[in-house]
Amino acid sequence: MSQATDTDVREDGIIESVSGPVVTARDLDARMNDVVYVGSEGLMGEVIEIEGNITTIQVYEETSGVSPGEPVEGTGSPLSVDLGPGMLDAIYDGVQRPLDVLEEKMGSAFLDRGVDAPGIDLEKTWEFTPEVEEGDEVEAGDIVGTVPETPSIDHKVMVPPDSEGGEVVAIESGNFNVEETVVELDSGEEIQMHQEWPVRQQRPTVEKETPTEPLISGQRVLDGLFPIAKGGTAAIPGPFGSGKTVTQHQLAKWADADIVVYVGCGERGNEMTEVIEDFPELEDPTTGNALMDRTCLIANTSNMPVAARESCVYTGITIAEYFRDMGYDVALMADSTSRWAEAMREISSRLEEMPGEEGYPAYLSARLSEFYERAGYFENINGTEGSVSVIGAVSPPGGDFSEPVTQNTLRIVKTFWALDADLAERRHFPSINWNESYSLYRDQLDPWFEDNVRADWPETRQWAIDTLDEEAELQEIVQLVGKDALPEDQQLTLEIARYLREAWLQQNAFHDVDTFCEPEKTYRIMDAAKTYNDAAFEALDAGVPVEEITDIDAAPRLNRIGVQEDYNEYIDDLEDDIESQLRELY
Amino acid sequence: MKEYQTITEISGPLVFVETDEPVGYDDIVEIELSDGETRRGQVLESASDYVAIQVFEGTEGIDRDASVRFLGETMKMPVTEDLLGRVMDGTGQPIDGGPEIVPDERRDIVGEAINPFSREYPEEFIQTGVSAIDGMNTLVRGQKLPIFSASGLPHNDLALQIARQATVPEEEEAGDDDEGSEFAVIFGAMGITAEEANEFMDDFERTGALERSVVFMNLADDPAVERTITPRLALTTAEYLAFEKDYHVLVILTDMTNYCEALREIGAAREEVPGRRGYPGYMYTDLAQLYERAGRIEGREGSVTQLPILTMPGDDDTHPIPDLTGYITEGQIYIDRDLNSQGIQPPINVLPSLSRLMDDGIGEGLTRADHADVKDQIFAAYAEGEDLRDLVNIVGREALSELDNKYLDFADRFEEEFVDQGTDTARSIDETLELGWDLLSMLPKDALNRIDEDLIEEHYREDETAEAVEA
Repeated sequence: MSQATDTDVREDGIIESVSGPVVTARDLDARMNDVVYVGSEGLMGEVIEIEGNITTIQVYEETSGVSPGEPVEGTGSPLSVDLGPGMLDAIYDGVQRPLDVLEEKMGSAFLDRGVDAPGIDLEKTWEFTPEVEEGDEVEAGDIVGTVPETPSIDHKVMVPPDSEGGEVVAIESGNFNVEETVVELDSGEEIQMHQEWPVRQQRPTVEKETPTEPLISGQRVLDGLFPIAKGGTAAIPGPFGSGKTVTQHQLAKWADADIVVYVGCGERGNEMTEVIEDFPELEDPTTGNALMDRTCLIANTSNMPVAARESCVYTGITIAEYFRDMGYDVALMADSTSRWAEAMREISSRLEEMPGEEGYPAYLSARLSEFYERAGYFENINGTEGSVSVIGAVSPPGGDFSEPVTQNTLRIVKTFWALDADLAERRHFPSINWNESYSLYRDQLDPWFEDNVRADWPETRQWAIDTLDEEAELQEIVQLVGKDALPEDQQLTLEIARYLREAWLQQNAFHDVDTFCEPEKTYRIMDAAKTYNDAAFEALDAGVPVEEITDIDAAPRLNRIGVQEDYNEYIDDLEDDIESQLRELY
Repeated sequence: MKEYQTITEISGPLVFVETDEPVGYDDIVEIELSDGETRRGQVLESASDYVAIQVFEGTEGIDRDASVRFLGETMKMPVTEDLLGRVMDGTGQPIDGGPEIVPDERRDIVGEAINPFSREYPEEFIQTGVSAIDGMNTLVRGQKLPIFSASGLPHNDLALQIARQATVPEEEEAGDDDEGSEFAVIFGAMGITAEEANEFMDDFERTGALERSVVFMNLADDPAVERTITPRLALTTAEYLAFEKDYHVLVILTDMTNYCEALREIGAAREEVPGRRGYPGYMYTDLAQLYERAGRIEGREGSVTQLPILTMPGDDDTHPIPDLTGYITEGQIYIDRDLNSQGIQPPINVLPSLSRLMDDGIGEGLTRADHADVKDQIFAAYAEGEDLRDLVNIVGREALSELDNKYLDFADRFEEEFVDQGTDTARSIDETLELGWDLLSMLPKDALNRIDEDLIEEHYREDETAEAVEA
């Protein structure tokens, strides 16, 4: 978190009352959303209400033992993040304090309070290579140089968005720390690699464009049926145990974004630890470097202070926007936005605000849409194009999707991946319900799949959808009369649909090969099922009894395609076998 | 220390006092009644001229003349290794007539969050000896795995069975030698009946488990507000034993439902805006502050594993208590009323049960190479059998295919042989998995689509299928 640098003189106040994370102060001269330091220990907080000479502050740390009469010190600047090289491969708490630095400073595995640390290492030097020359005119947002931040990512050093711009009069090259000036403009402005930006304010862009490229997730059910676009928004609601977090982790691991910002908002400590331990060891499928080299983690576990949980999604999206400005495709995963909404509710009820639906504040819907609207495919102010895709997990109480957070989220997002407890219970993973989920990007992304995978992608997918739909209808009848009472062609459809579910929709996140499935493989498995379908119906028309068709040896091998590394050969053989075995029957 | 006799309002468990000096939030308070009795409480809200205090032992008998002392510190728990074998009440006062506790340290009971960066990911398998848990929903060290139960179900028996049988396989190999980390049980009872308490205590004494246990007892007739600190005392003790004294600590908290009722009572007394079903809006955060105290820390030997028990009101798992718990804990074990009435012991329904940390805690070198596949296949087959049961009620067994009939038999045998093992049997993981193969071999080989082909070759019992067909 950035220290205040503003020289604006502000007067200190005195604590009036303390109730959990909400503290009121008397005579504090501060603006709305300013950062303040509370009490003799200097706990970080943010101004959230001003009434007369009483200022209400939400405190980002535990307030036990804080008493009225202690001082409150204003900083005169809003909650901001430090931006610059050093954010990748980092793990932050909800207000961008690096957790590894905190551990060192506190000398304990437990989070003490009143310890602050800058979001990026101010001492570390980076190799700066200029991209402009003396005499060049630069404007706000322009890229003036690059820094090899990690083996995967070149960090672009940009003129701050609020700069006036001007002519470059001096430019450096070589190793510098983030606070040293690398570029000087004729206006006298000095540019460093370090920038600050208030988290609650969107970074400026030229315009939002219609996204046309998919964010490939390597998950068959998502890429195949419910794709999300680069710059798109998606919600994953589901009751506990339905696999939200595994799905989010899979996306963070395999999505073909340049940068991944993973926000663990009010979730389990052990899960964050899993991410911290796993990601450095995993390989990025596109670059071959460590996944951590493109990842920034924000971990605010459920037992960390509630106010910092409220701010962590903003910290995350601001970092995402900064990388977008460099022209990168960024994917932000927020797990879970319900915890964020609950943090708002908790603060709101401590403020004794009039509650809206289910105790949530009336501004819930506005805050959610504000957040998701920061996603998109943008033309940046420096002329580059970049995107921020936002994927938010939602944890509806009791798995009931009619609750306010799910409903307000669904009004905004264009992709809905509905997790289903029934599927999870029978260990069908990812347990995304194919009848309830939808993606409004499907049509605008089809051209990409046609050009880059197969021209008949949309048709084959439609066949799969129709088959699954038909299965759903037939299942209702089967529940009543049993499978054997159905006509033969319907029995065959059920069998094909079963393979679509087991071989195509199911995917084992814990299997080394199956965990990631490229679009080509997604297509081929789906197409293999269709090959079986077409050949099987031909055999049925020729008078072969359905039992014999479903009994061929080759068919169960469909279920093992997922785990094959050299799938092309395997599928070719399999398709041949299926066709020849069925031919033999008539 | 200043004494005030300025109580302005007494309401439910709360006392409001006018003050002229600042009092710290969360500080501990002593209230002396006119008859000399002292009660303890905690500051819930502190303003410059008044404070709100929640009184642990209840407000009965307090009048406006009672004097209030602010101790200037937050609630502390005196901790020492000597606590092992001791029985305390819900506020940490010994009730077993033993010697006075000489603490090594006094620790803040609220506890600080473990830095996620300092945690170590839990992946050490704990063998509970219960097949439905070890085989299907494996518990690992540092996990928090609640038991979702309901009134009238034998959750306590299961908790006791786990406490009695839990071992880590490597310990067994090392034999009886006492080196390395020891195992300790911390038992935090909140609002349980005296009878239930006796059941636990008798079992602890009978099995000799008491000497490696610390017991905190808040009974049903003890003040409700006291319940809000009992689990914190238990967890503070657990953290001390685990991270300072290298114990592997299993914390059993029962019954979390009573704890949440106490939270609601305080919330209502403070006239807070209630959340769902009247429970306070911060209940998620509050529960997380308890459950998240499970875990392992890098560089420390010990671990804190939590086994909270909660009874779901009306068997409803969408009720806020089980719901919020499920979102925080790493899975859950469901106790099932139907299985219980069929006499299955322990009546664990494995289908909705889940252990999130299982996948990393099993497999070669941890349990057995075939564990994950066997588990997946059993889940799939049992779910299939369960589905078919509904159908059988309508169309009868004859209308079903041969394979479907096998699934039905599988589901029956799974419950009767795999889940049902009684409260005194401890099965090793090998026994559990072999039993799994016995059952799976009822099904034809190509129905085992979740299992690696090599493993099927290695373990599949060729003769079982034949027997099943003949039968």
